[in-house]
Amino acid sequence: MSKNIESAKDIYVVAEQRDGKVAKVTHELLGEANILAKDLGEKVIAVVIGANVADQAQEMLEYGADEVIVVEDDRLGEYITEPYTKALVQMIEEYDPNIVLFGATSIGRDLAPRIAARVHTGLTADCTHLDIDMQKYFDFLKATSTADRDAIERKLGMDDKTLKMTRPAFGGNVMATIRCAEYRPQMATVRPGVMKLVEKQVGKQGKVTIMKPDLTDEDFNVEIVDIAKSEGKIVDITEAKVLVSGGRGIGSAAFYGELQKVADRLGGEISSSRANVDAGWIEKARQVGQTGKTVRPDLYMACGISGAIQHLAGMENSEYIIAINKNEDAPIFEVADLGIVGDVKVIIPKLYEALDKYFEEHQIN
Amino acid sequence: MKIVVCIKQVPDTNEVKLDPVTNRLIRDGVPSIINHDDKSAIEQALRIKEELNDGTTVTIVCMGPPQADVALREALAMGADEAYLLSAREFGGSDTCATAIIISTALKRIGFDLVLTGRQAIDGDTAQVGPQIAENLGVPQVSYAEEVTVNGKEVLVKRQYEDRYHMIKVQMPCLLTALQELAEPRYMHAGGIIDAYNKDITVWGFDDLKDGLNPDDIGLMGSPTRVVTSFGKMQKGAGVKYDVPAEEAVQIIIDKLEERHLI
Repeated sequence: MSKNIESAKDIYVVAEQRDGKVAKVTHELLGEANILAKDLGEKVIAVVIGANVADQAQEMLEYGADEVIVVEDDRLGEYITEPYTKALVQMIEEYDPNIVLFGATSIGRDLAPRIAARVHTGLTADCTHLDIDMQKYFDFLKATSTADRDAIERKLGMDDKTLKMTRPAFGGNVMATIRCAEYRPQMATVRPGVMKLVEKQVGKQGKVTIMKPDLTDEDFNVEIVDIAKSEGKIVDITEAKVLVSGGRGIGSAAFYGELQKVADRLGGEISSSRANVDAGWIEKARQVGQTGKTVRPDLYMACGISGAIQHLAGMENSEYIIAINKNEDAPIFEVADLGIVGDVKVIIPKLYEALDKYFEEHQIN
Repeated sequence: MKIVVCIKQVPDTNEVKLDPVTNRLIRDGVPSIINHDDKSAIEQALRIKEELNDGTTVTIVCMGPPQADVALREALAMGADEAYLLSAREFGGSDTCATAIIISTALKRIGFDLVLTGRQAIDGDTAQVGPQIAENLGVPQVSYAEEVTVNGKEVLVKRQYEDRYHMIKVQMPCLLTALQELAEPRYMHAGGIIDAYNKDITVWGFDDLKDGLNPDDIGLMGSPTRVVTSFGKMQKGAGVKYDVPAEEAVQIIIDKLEERHLI
């Protein structure tokens, strides 16, 4: 058991920035941390790390941080594991956080385990749900699972204030709730796209502290010799409000053109099941699911997607789901709010025409 | 040069089902395989060995129950030189932190220039053990490796991010975590399979590693994280489903989009 169980305090969100721009997952984490902090009676502290990132502090406050710590060094512009680890371990030793949250991105999932091993505490990967309050945790379990509430209550009691970290395992077949009761900080990486954003409070004030980490040249133990940004426009389907998604049932790569027309009409993007990415019909960046992206748009339109569990894991939290599939027994219908049994190749062109007509009648361009 | 590849034997998660009554995973009859990313790491290690052709060796390390022996035999049949199975009751129930402590203790004893692990396992999906081994060994890590080139004591790694690549130069000793895309694994060949069963697998239990291991840091009791409960997801209730002519279906969609203020 670590010694700081009693003293450790507040929820720290490690902001992720690239080229000086803070990632959306950071905003999501700040929103979630706010809810958890209220249940704990503690504060939300954003930790921005990088080179020349002090001007990000205001945005952190507006998205929900009570205070901001800016960990700044000219050499921290691009992510490198060791100096980022060392700087954040210094922050943890100085401030004694109760909870530290990271985005479960290719940075967070490299950085957080290294930090957890160095401070010797627990880390839970790729969480999709977090709770402090036991009643809220039970409400969540009741709504989403078959878990045995009484057994958990006997184990933890109703007053437990540790972080209950819930995550999928076995390719989304099972969910598990994990705790780190005897070590601090409690650490988790959280999957992008699953926590809801809270409304930005423009002009919100809060304390901003600048911390200069103690780093030597030896800490920069790898050399970035080249940086290549992915070619073309990088589409982030997790940012889209509407996704029109194609599965094997669309029949050909060319049919994505039809889906694109509908997506354009609805102000959205096209996305895909894994099968079509594997077939080379569409780029990997648009893949939804366990091995692709997790999305929660306002509208997810699943076109010719049967709904393998790995796909459902990536989209079932969408606000509204429309499924179109020829097979009336397709599992996608189990999660769809509106299910249409039919051939997407017939329905989609007709839907596009109908949308056109609708916009014309309502004089929307 | 000594390359050590850490692998995990995992159930093929595509075949895993949940018992609706007990909420437990039904593992009976589910095939066990070498985790995909780890197999790609083995392939990469073998390619480096073959290319250098200078006496470089490939050692495989796996922590798991005695049955994980099968995974090690497969790696030997692919062409690895030697294999270690870390297996003990004391290791059971370890989380990523405790697992990394056990494996890194073994690696210190085995010795290494380059350590390769898979990026993540398909059962736990944590991606934590590789970086945590690197931390315990005090060596640099480069995770999400998509291409690896060895030049003397230096390794050049193409490291994948969501929106970019870094070409990273790192000095050995170091640890890399392999993406499945890193190297398409070869098949075992007949001669290799026969050789694999003639080679010895070294089995290390707690006593073999106890000089470097604090029993309080391993196993279920030494793990900072504990599972409170695991459960099957209750699927969100299905909404309405229509099996009607296309024109009618389209009108239903339009009405719903309007009702939800999506148009």
